[in-house]
Amino acid sequence: MHAPKPSVDASHPAPAPARTGALNLADEARKREVRTSWLLSAPALLVLVTAASGPLLIVLVYSFLAAGDYGGVVWSLSGEGWFKVFLSRDIFDDTVGIADAHLTIFWRSVRLSMLTTLICIALGFPTAWFIATRSRESRNVWLFLITIPFWTNLLIRTFAIMEVIRSEGIVNTVLMTAGVIERPIQMMYTDFAILLGMAYVYLPLMVLPLYAAMERLDFRLIEAAYDLYASRWRVLRRIVVPLVKPGLIAGSILVFIPSLGAYVTPRVLGGGKNMMLGNLIELQFGQGRNWPLGAALSLTLLVIVMVALIFYVRIVQKEAASRE
Amino acid sequence: MSERASFDIRRMPGFVAIALATFLVLYAPIVTLVIYSFNAGMSVALWEGFSWRWYEAAMHNQQIQDAAVRSVIVASFASVFATVLATMAALGTTRVRPFRGQTTIYALINQPLMVPEIVTGVALLIVFATVKQATGYSGLGYLILAHTAFCIPFAYLPIRARLEGLDRSLETAAADLYATPWRAFRRVTLPLMMPGIVAGAMLAFVISLDDVVITEFVKSAGQDTLPTYMLGQLRRAVTPEINAISTVLLFISVAIVSAFFVLNRKKA
Amino acid sequence: MKARLMFTATALAALVAAGPATAAGKLNIFNWGNYTNPELIEKFSKEHDVEVTITDYDSNSTALAKVKAGGHGFDIVVPSHSYVPIFISEGLLLESRPDQMENFKNMDPQWVDVDWDPGRHYTVPWQWGSTGVAVNREDYTGDINTSKIFLDPPEELVGKVNVVPEMADVMALALMYVGGESCSTDKEKLKAARDALMAAKPKWLSMDYGTTDKLSSGEWRASVNWNGSTFRARLANPPVEYGYPQEGFPLWMDSAAILADAQNVENAKLFLNFIMEPENAALISAFARYANGIKGSEAFMPEDMKDAPEINMPPELAGAGKFNKTCSKEAQDYYTAIWTELTK
Repeated sequence: MHAPKPSVDASHPAPAPARTGALNLADEARKREVRTSWLLSAPALLVLVTAASGPLLIVLVYSFLAAGDYGGVVWSLSGEGWFKVFLSRDIFDDTVGIADAHLTIFWRSVRLSMLTTLICIALGFPTAWFIATRSRESRNVWLFLITIPFWTNLLIRTFAIMEVIRSEGIVNTVLMTAGVIERPIQMMYTDFAILLGMAYVYLPLMVLPLYAAMERLDFRLIEAAYDLYASRWRVLRRIVVPLVKPGLIAGSILVFIPSLGAYVTPRVLGGGKNMMLGNLIELQFGQGRNWPLGAALSLTLLVIVMVALIFYVRIVQKEAASRE
Repeated sequence: MSERASFDIRRMPGFVAIALATFLVLYAPIVTLVIYSFNAGMSVALWEGFSWRWYEAAMHNQQIQDAAVRSVIVASFASVFATVLATMAALGTTRVRPFRGQTTIYALINQPLMVPEIVTGVALLIVFATVKQATGYSGLGYLILAHTAFCIPFAYLPIRARLEGLDRSLETAAADLYATPWRAFRRVTLPLMMPGIVAGAMLAFVISLDDVVITEFVKSAGQDTLPTYMLGQLRRAVTPEINAISTVLLFISVAIVSAFFVLNRKKA
Repeated sequence: MKARLMFTATALAALVAAGPATAAGKLNIFNWGNYTNPELIEKFSKEHDVEVTITDYDSNSTALAKVKAGGHGFDIVVPSHSYVPIFISEGLLLESRPDQMENFKNMDPQWVDVDWDPGRHYTVPWQWGSTGVAVNREDYTGDINTSKIFLDPPEELVGKVNVVPEMADVMALALMYVGGESCSTDKEKLKAARDALMAAKPKWLSMDYGTTDKLSSGEWRASVNWNGSTFRARLANPPVEYGYPQEGFPLWMDSAAILADAQNVENAKLFLNFIMEPENAALISAFARYANGIKGSEAFMPEDMKDAPEINMPPELAGAGKFNKTCSKEAQDYYTAIWTELTK
């Protein structure tokens, strides 16, 4: 961790792959490179396939089966699960329409997750910057300080947030004692509470990748920019942000995607009056006893996120390629 | 340069203020949590004076202690495994020219992020139940395996973010100096990757400690972790006992890491 | 240093490898969280020299899913009455014949021939209670024995009511409020129940658990709540009172049963017999504050429970209490559709 950072001229171009006259030698090297890539990734992939992706096949199969009377599935083919994701048959007059309850919930989840990501960037970027610009020794201390609150588990952290923002909580008590407000502000059971809770819960997922990217920033680039009379804002936008982009993107993925499926925070802080996707899916697997619908709903979520992610990976790769 | 002596290129307007405010927001709930662990009353919501009663209660509650220890064991194993696997995968997938199958690897690695916990939980319940019946083994291994899997993307992304754009010239230089690939890796690449690895490991540990839904579905008899123990209480009443045990864990971990820092500094 | 590391690793590995032992002298109970009195377990362990492990669940559906999947290692489960027929029909319970056990003589006769387990061939009552409404009397002094408290809240309670997100109970309350019954498939009644719920929702504060805490602290002024929880809230905050909706309210009973794939059947039977002992049943009630089903246990209960209005149903309202049925697939789908619309 304390290895001296060797000074490297960042403007030095990356060495081109060794060019040998014989084409087949280059081919050979390329093959070896790809094989190494696979070998290095293999153990992680093995674990993931065993304990994450593989079992998902079960979910895929379940989404095409009929729901059991008391949860679980019946082994007969049925499109009912998928049908219900997008369409709903009115239970009273039997007309078929768009499943607007599901769409409402979907949209709320996307909206709140995007807002959560933005809040995390707004707070996490300066915080990561602050940590990355401390002296080498104190950096680790600050990094440590940011993770301490997260060593208590999610549920208890969420309960602790509730203590702070509830009607008789610290914030309201302080404000009332100071005479700023006369009656407690209702913060619990609002979208504000959900946003606060999710931003709190996911903040380290933004700060840590950002820090990892900022820590290797070459400040001489920034110095050069200032020498050319660039404003701080310009430096931030034109130099810092592009350089820490991988961290920013990693952080956004880590915050946005889990927020979409968040379950505990909306339930505890949001007061459960308005579901998010995680709660809707849980309802189907739990009290609703409709596993195929739950399976189909989660696969819909998966496909959307997957498409977005692949789209994003392509863009990044293209950018990286054009930079070379 | 001299006329710029007072000009700090590392400063950004307002950043320090926002960072400090963020720390304040982060710590407010934790401080409340610690304070309420000393509550004399029955609830986590109503302050009735100072007392040690919840610490005494937690000291006599074998179930809650076991759950706390189990949480830490699972998180330690899972975060170490996940970090090692993620580091290897990051080395394999960054700084190479795009190859066929790379997108598949990305998708697989990030897959646990994209599926709500309840779904993975139900799927794992079915798979592991079959394995448990077939093998007769029903230890903590299943929980560690499940946790390792969903911790991998959390460890992988910061490590990759660090690795991307790390200059290859140093490793090439090392190779030019006849360092073996392994030596070049250990002496050059690994130290450069370290901040990413530390960030990744910390995330993995935290994520494992947090997990409630998957654990609830995978656990066998006598395998409650602190979150699942608490989930069981959610419907009825959560007692400050939980605050007490969390406070104890918090102080133990802070003490361990502080000791680690101090020792490390002496060595350096 | 390395040796010590190795040692730690081995010790940890040993910890991981040790699953729950299945030797005689063990008992694995799978029960609702915060529902098992540690004193009861301690007493049982001492009397029978059995090491008891408690594992928690938070919903009937989770418990059912886990038990059904198998390989869990549990011996005893404590499902709610409406889930008992499911457990039985799926073949998950052992027909352990509690009715032939020594302490069955203590069973209150009214709980012997119950719909979900006629003659008690599988289950022993753990606790039973009702779902009604809790109201802080400082805010509202009118009649509280009505579902209007949350379905048509009086002026004083608008914006202050909580509704527990317990689909089966809330739907049953709403259906009975409009003159129907639980698990109804009568579309007229369902529609009326849905309309009542949808119209009332804007007047609710939240849909959350944790009722005991928040009623005690005075943060919630009214809530759909369980009787025992309201009892505990009243002890902390006296103006809290429990109302039994006269339009009809759900009753429930959680019952202990032995699982078909239990590995410690003998100990599990000992345990079922053990909790039918009045003194022991009283320990269960003293902890979570609900009635059990064992005659003579009242004598051993804490003093404050003996005449608590939350535990002793007023005779004039007792008739309105109905056990929730086990819903058919069709009824369940109606429930879920209405619930999704309500909480979208």
